[in-house]
Amino acid sequence: MSQEGIAVQGNKQANLIALLKETQHKFGYVPEELMAEMAESLDMSVNDVYGVASFYSFISTKPLGRNIIRICKSLPCYLKHCQTIIESVEKELEIKPGETTPDRRFSFELTNCIGLCDQAPAMMINDDVHGDLTPEKIAHILKAYK
Amino acid sequence: MPQQRIVLRNCGIIDPKIIATYLDGDGSKALEKARQMTPEKAIDEIKASGLRGRGGAGFPVGIKWEGARKAPGDKKYVICNADEGEVGTFKDRYILENDPFTLIEAIAIAGYAIGAKIGYIYLRAEYHRLLESLKDAVNQARQSGFLDNFDIDIREGAGAYICGEESALMESIEGKRGEARYRPPFPTTAGLWGKPTIINNVETLMNIPRIILNGADWFAQIGTERSKGTKVFSVSGDVKKPGVYELVMGSPLRELVEELASARNTRVIQVGGATGRIIPYEMIATPLAFEAILGAGAVTVFDNSRDIIDIISRTMEFLAEESCGKCTPCRQGTEVMGEILGRLGRGKGLSRDIRDLEDLSSAMVLTSLCGLGQAAPNAVTDSLHYFRDAYESRIVRN
Repeated sequence: MSQEGIAVQGNKQANLIALLKETQHKFGYVPEELMAEMAESLDMSVNDVYGVASFYSFISTKPLGRNIIRICKSLPCYLKHCQTIIESVEKELEIKPGETTPDRRFSFELTNCIGLCDQAPAMMINDDVHGDLTPEKIAHILKAYK
Repeated sequence: MPQQRIVLRNCGIIDPKIIATYLDGDGSKALEKARQMTPEKAIDEIKASGLRGRGGAGFPVGIKWEGARKAPGDKKYVICNADEGEVGTFKDRYILENDPFTLIEAIAIAGYAIGAKIGYIYLRAEYHRLLESLKDAVNQARQSGFLDNFDIDIREGAGAYICGEESALMESIEGKRGEARYRPPFPTTAGLWGKPTIINNVETLMNIPRIILNGADWFAQIGTERSKGTKVFSVSGDVKKPGVYELVMGSPLRELVEELASARNTRVIQVGGATGRIIPYEMIATPLAFEAILGAGAVTVFDNSRDIIDIISRTMEFLAEESCGKCTPCRQGTEVMGEILGRLGRGKGLSRDIRDLEDLSSAMVLTSLCGLGQAAPNAVTDSLHYFRDAYESRIVRN
């Protein structure tokens, strides 16, 4: 069976999340105008598109930076001093969780368990994972992201 | 006791990027064998094995498959739940990284058994880095011919713990908010796009080829009366050797935590993540099995330096954040419990707090729409049972 065969399962709405993530990837967020276009092409209401976009933490309706840092704050990482990692990133970038650097290079978020508990404390930057973190490693890791 | 690697038997042995290393062993033999049985016979074998779901709920797999097989309709779906979001769980990550081929074969067997032509792997967004290798593994399986006219597509999540819950997962594949559904109907009769669907955890599926090849009796001899086979655990926290371990069902918690993961000065262990149970060190001989304590495999160890209220408070904070928001008992219950625990954490507890926590717990267990809300009170209930003084000491007495 071809990939095409799989794509026609369900209705048009089944494509929404992938579409939102593509848009997120291209523009750094999902602007309202594009949500309206998506709604049109998927036979949905703008309301419902917004409802889906606002539900998922990897989709943003507000502009984000080019690189998104997500530091895990769940218990296994908390036990391994994620707080010191959070503070290091704050110090290095001069922004707090939830904020974006003025040059739009980084957005900084706290996230829940990302499944790297054996390498705690851990974080993601975009789709990359960084584990066994120490404050000393932060500057070097961030340098690689333009 | 040493580990028994059944689920993990290929991990570190085959090359996860090269299907030939899988086929050279007995890769695809289970699927061939299954296709020579009738689907009903294949399902009987899984039923007889006693295999129960490994994603936390422990539902008998054969019965689930039988429900979907018997459901009317000729469009059916298999879904592999790779959303692994429970706190402290990384065993499916390890499996996906090291042996995607057994999983693919298992999904194809499941498809044959229930009469589905399509299987989906729902992969959490946080594991996006695994997507290309998984797609490549599926491609290699397709090209080698063993998938025959069954196909597998990979759908990704977008960052929502609740999408590990099977009904919210289906909503997500359908392009909607990941909100839990009312049941009945159950997925086996009306699941993805209303069609008969089975949703199985990664680890559950990893057991299937071995059961088909070695037979139900072989599997049923391993483990306990009501928990057959092995269980894969992911251990983290205050341990020297965090990681993934596979033990025969019924093994004592001590073996996992102290002998394998080298924990010392343990105060309490959280088994099953944020929706799991709290086990004080005194109960470390507790067997890991459905009839005692189990969960999806997360085992987080806390030593004597840790504060109980802090642990429970952070657990509830997680659940309140991740609640889908659809039903009031969970949406409001997790939030209010979180507030109470926060206040207790700051030493500003009120005399009514324990009673309020208990009342909220019973309301949430009885009336929440899905497993998140129903299990959210677990950490509170358990810690009140074993560590009541930790709560009492935070209450301001006039």
